[in-house]
Amino acid sequence: MFKNKKQYYFDHASTTPLDNKVLSLMLPYFSSEFGNPSNLYGMGRNANNAISEATKTITKILGCKMNEFIYTGSATEADNLAILGIARANKEKGNRIIISKIEHKGILSVCETLRKEGFDIIEIPVEKNGLLELSVLESAINPQTILISISHADSETGTIQSISNISKIIKSVREQNKSDFPYFHTDASQTTAYLPINVDNLGIDLMTLSAHKLCGPKGIGGLYIRHGTRINPIIYGGGQQNRLRSGTENIPGIVGFAEALSINEKNKKTEFKRIKRLRNILERGIFKAISRVVLNGHKTKRLPNFLNISILDIEGEAMLLFLDEIGIMVNTGSACNSQSLEPSYILMALGNPYEYIHGSIRFTLGKSNTITDIKYVLKHLPKIVDKLRKISPLNLHLNQKSTISDPRAFIGNQTPHFLRKKNK
Amino acid sequence: MKKSIKKSLKEKPDIVNKYTGDTWAYTKTVKDHFFKPRNLLWEKPENAKFDAEGIVGSPACGDVMRVWININPKKDTITAFKWRTFGCASAIATTSMLSVMITEKKGMKIDDALKIRPQDIMKRLGGLPDRKIHCSVLGDKALRAAINDWFKKTNQIDRIVIEGTRVIDPNTKVTEADIEEAVLEGAITLEAVQKRTKVGIGFPECIPKVEELIRFFREKYFGPDEK
Repeated sequence: MFKNKKQYYFDHASTTPLDNKVLSLMLPYFSSEFGNPSNLYGMGRNANNAISEATKTITKILGCKMNEFIYTGSATEADNLAILGIARANKEKGNRIIISKIEHKGILSVCETLRKEGFDIIEIPVEKNGLLELSVLESAINPQTILISISHADSETGTIQSISNISKIIKSVREQNKSDFPYFHTDASQTTAYLPINVDNLGIDLMTLSAHKLCGPKGIGGLYIRHGTRINPIIYGGGQQNRLRSGTENIPGIVGFAEALSINEKNKKTEFKRIKRLRNILERGIFKAISRVVLNGHKTKRLPNFLNISILDIEGEAMLLFLDEIGIMVNTGSACNSQSLEPSYILMALGNPYEYIHGSIRFTLGKSNTITDIKYVLKHLPKIVDKLRKISPLNLHLNQKSTISDPRAFIGNQTPHFLRKKNK
Repeated sequence: MKKSIKKSLKEKPDIVNKYTGDTWAYTKTVKDHFFKPRNLLWEKPENAKFDAEGIVGSPACGDVMRVWININPKKDTITAFKWRTFGCASAIATTSMLSVMITEKKGMKIDDALKIRPQDIMKRLGGLPDRKIHCSVLGDKALRAAINDWFKKTNQIDRIVIEGTRVIDPNTKVTEADIEEAVLEGAITLEAVQKRTKVGIGFPECIPKVEELIRFFREKYFGPDEK
């Protein structure tokens, strides 16, 4: 219908468009300034200088030393380096690693691998509002614990964890045991755009960053590693980046990363306010126009650009396709939308019934969004919901929670496949 | 087997997974039925007056299909088929297409309706993405549930069709329906089904029966084995 007309992009937690200024700064390093920074001649030195300048910019924003930051190919790689690198370097000190149930797959999958190698992986549950159960975390720390990794905010609901409080808990344990352990890692991919990320204020030892969530390029991420942290590389080769990440540096990516972060830092406070206001208009508008809607995540301790809701009786993928038809791009935690046909593990960890998760949609706002976009959604979403509810045979009630999630009746009246796998 | 369905489709998929060969596409026909569903029950279900009705699925699984039918007892045909579906685009399009198949040409004979396979609906839709095939399975199940309801109401007990939920392997409690689902998800050999369900690993006596079921469901959903 409206294809190829205006696009209404509400999926900034997935990725963001590259800023034009960032692109123009990157371009020379693809062609005229293509040198390898490991070489001593002029063009190599230019490349090396470009890295130094970029690192200076980034580390100034993080409040750390230049040799405390490593570039990686993605946030996932940075997460992997943090977890695997710490685990391998310190396995004689202990084998316990504590994470939360709502970590990014970049953390969960690598921890699953370490579990098979004999590491003791503890997953801390979250409360219904998405906040970590700090008392459980505290009691899970034992002398064997070498690493704790908790995301600054999760990628589904944008609920912000109190990283500085967790850091206090960890520091008091270290003091008691007169030990450097456990180390503390956080993935700040989702939060960098809107929250302060000074490493000392947060009190972390390692922190993952991503460029493409900040209107920077894809294919570049980074890991802050506090000086003195014992860590092994996961990629071996020519010994670039302090031997921690071999491989010729991605100069255009690095230059773009620094510029994107720098632009973001300048506009952070004003964008925070502007986006939060737009998000709140969207949130209030949806709750006013549509009945039986549930907010996923924390009501207030939430990133300003996140709105994750469940609309009862209808299914997320169907909603997504109707919205796509009129140019609105959103995300859903519904099983139907995922490769594995499993509903979002993060929304499950929040204790939501499956019925709610299937009807979840996530709006994540960003730089390009204006009040026009919000009004457009508020004009069309209620109509789409109305239509899909007419197609649906369900009529769930908000206060029905406890009884509706009956995990029977799939093909041949049995447990759904995503529950059965877990039991085996 | 699975390939032969794909070959018979006219429309090319939007996305092909380069590692698994899985395709991802909603064909024009699927989109048409999804955006403009046919034979939808517009009135409130509690006011709907029909000869029989059937329901399958659960909201927890993400798919529920409810169908209402009218029967011409003299001709033994289905004259009306109304429905409502909770689920993704495939689930909605599947039920819509099934309703067209049943009611076109003045209504389908009940005996013919009972023979409809998911593959038949998929063909009319021009195919479904591989991992959405299970949606079309619910369509024919909902229809059979409604027909069974009719048989019960009219005391035609001998015609009732029972869907298999029999436990085949007492150790793992794997049922016929588990085998069916495994086959639908692409496990079409004994090894693949065992990898998924662990059926028969501690109870090899059931393996001949399992092999028979795999063959049955494979032919049911993917057509006869190519020789």
